[in-house]
Amino acid sequence: MNTGTPVQLVDLERSYGGVRALDGLTLDISPGEMVVLLGPSGCGKTTALRILAGLEQANSGQVRVGGADLTNTSANKRDMGMVFQAYSLFPHLTVAENVAFGLKLHGRSLAVRTKRAQEMLELVGLVQQGDRYPVQLSGGQQQRVALARALAIEPAVLLLDEPLSALDAKVRVQLRDEIRRIQLEVGTTTLFVTHDQEEALAVADRVGVMNAGRLEQIATPTELYSSPATPFVAEFVGLSNRLPAAVDGDVAVVMGNRIPALPGSARAGVALVRPESVRLVADKLGAATVTTIAFLGALSRVTCTLDDGTTVLGQLGSSDAIALTLGDRVRLDLATTPVLVVPAA
Amino acid sequence: MATARGGGVLLRRRLAPALGLVPFLAYLLIFLVIPTVVVLAGAFQEKGSFSLTNIDALKEAASRTALGKSVLLSGSTAVIGAVLGAVLAWLVIGARPTSLLRRAVVSLSGVFAQMGGVSLAFAWIATIGYSGAVTNFFRSHLGIDLWGNGWLYALPGLILVYCYFQIPLMVIVFLPALEGIRPQWQEAAVTLGASKWQYFSQVLVPLLRPAFLGCTLLLFANAFAAYATAAALVSQGSPIVPLMIRQALTSEVVLGRQHLAYALALEMVVVVVVVMVLYGLLIRRSAKWLR
Repeated sequence: MNTGTPVQLVDLERSYGGVRALDGLTLDISPGEMVVLLGPSGCGKTTALRILAGLEQANSGQVRVGGADLTNTSANKRDMGMVFQAYSLFPHLTVAENVAFGLKLHGRSLAVRTKRAQEMLELVGLVQQGDRYPVQLSGGQQQRVALARALAIEPAVLLLDEPLSALDAKVRVQLRDEIRRIQLEVGTTTLFVTHDQEEALAVADRVGVMNAGRLEQIATPTELYSSPATPFVAEFVGLSNRLPAAVDGDVAVVMGNRIPALPGSARAGVALVRPESVRLVADKLGAATVTTIAFLGALSRVTCTLDDGTTVLGQLGSSDAIALTLGDRVRLDLATTPVLVVPAA
Repeated sequence: MATARGGGVLLRRRLAPALGLVPFLAYLLIFLVIPTVVVLAGAFQEKGSFSLTNIDALKEAASRTALGKSVLLSGSTAVIGAVLGAVLAWLVIGARPTSLLRRAVVSLSGVFAQMGGVSLAFAWIATIGYSGAVTNFFRSHLGIDLWGNGWLYALPGLILVYCYFQIPLMVIVFLPALEGIRPQWQEAAVTLGASKWQYFSQVLVPLLRPAFLGCTLLLFANAFAAYATAAALVSQGSPIVPLMIRQALTSEVVLGRQHLAYALALEMVVVVVVVMVLYGLLIRRSAKWLR
């Protein structure tokens, strides 16, 4: 098992023409930790990962791995394993040869390469497919081989560049959990880039939310979800209702409910309230009308419209939602989960 | 009764898509199968009966020399065309698909690859022939005799002129293989520790080798079957097989050698079949990766 290596990105700047992809990004990753960079397209997360890999150069800033400054070290000398979005396996090599490729480059003997490839294929559950060519595997299997290939060289850092985005939903969830299991097993420091918030929250030790080249917040998935530091994080991670609110000391008053306000809240504006914090109670005298009900399996999302036209999204168990029908009048109660109040747009 | 009608409908449904192939199959029959059968039958005939005379004639010095020169001409222009064409395609692939350079090179390659025959031969004669513009310039200004002993009208000249269409043909047929190379393969190799040379030798070359060799064989077949350029350039003698076939068919000196032409044509068919078999083996090898 790898004991992990600390990684530091220090004040990285990167521009493409007039577009600033990274704007002073600083990120510390602890040994053996999995950090996920999450953000919309063009936020700079892939640029950060590619600079760490050495595939791109920063305009300024520093890349440190295990205490060593690798800023000007070429990519092939950085000791990193990388899994790409898709189609990165060498098509002319078998699965086992792909996995052993990095070891061959490092001058390992055939016996060592064969043994290590076998171990890696066992790790990803593809030991029976060693003699096949990549084209004979499914997308999920190919990404497992790519993961095995990246880990075979026992890299200091594992880099995952949206490795699941080309896969269908079911395989994505399976492989996501498998990547996390393997990462915990080998203990390699890992940077994972994705635009999928569910994926990020499911696998990360910490999630860093990026926007316009900057790190808006980095925190554990629970903290990020329950205590977003900025309006962008609150709105990008999970769904949020925007409900008029006023702040009285450290309490936000939202639709008559008194709820703790998160640090950094504005004095007045809109509170960002999670759908699961909205309780819907059937009440003929209620202030809202049910307009849509979306069945999501165990949960259902119910959209209600207040008499003033404000739309409120609630999330409740499907067994409770079954009692509601379109046009029902409902009363809305809010849970006392702390909320962030931001200035109204 | 109903079953029979159902079976008829099923048969019609199965046959209907194949109807579209009928013109192609007719084309193959008329322009490939029948001529091949005629050549095969004619090669083993003399004066209306079975004979090995013409096949034996292929062992004569003149026939063997012509075959050797044909193979040399085709092989050398295939190799020169493949190497230079691949380098040119590699340089072109670095440019954006919409760039003027790339579009211009691809378009011009398409034109030059199809340019052959009398016009090409004349272009070279007008350039470096005995009174060609470049020959005259070198002769009068530099005192150099480019013409020499008339090499342009012999095998060296044919090699040079054939390269004129072989190189652009290579650009056209090899470019798709280069376009299929994914940047992720280089990045994956580099992150695994590969130097540029290791990426080139251990990833790029093995990936491109089947396409390169396949294209080289295609160029060989293209040169081997070419006739018009050589016929326009070489008026004396028959240094290559296609010109020897012409001589057997049209010579006013040696009459009654039509069946030798069949035998020579059969020899060419055999060589092309060998080339195509090799090409098929290469395709089968790379097909394992592409299945």
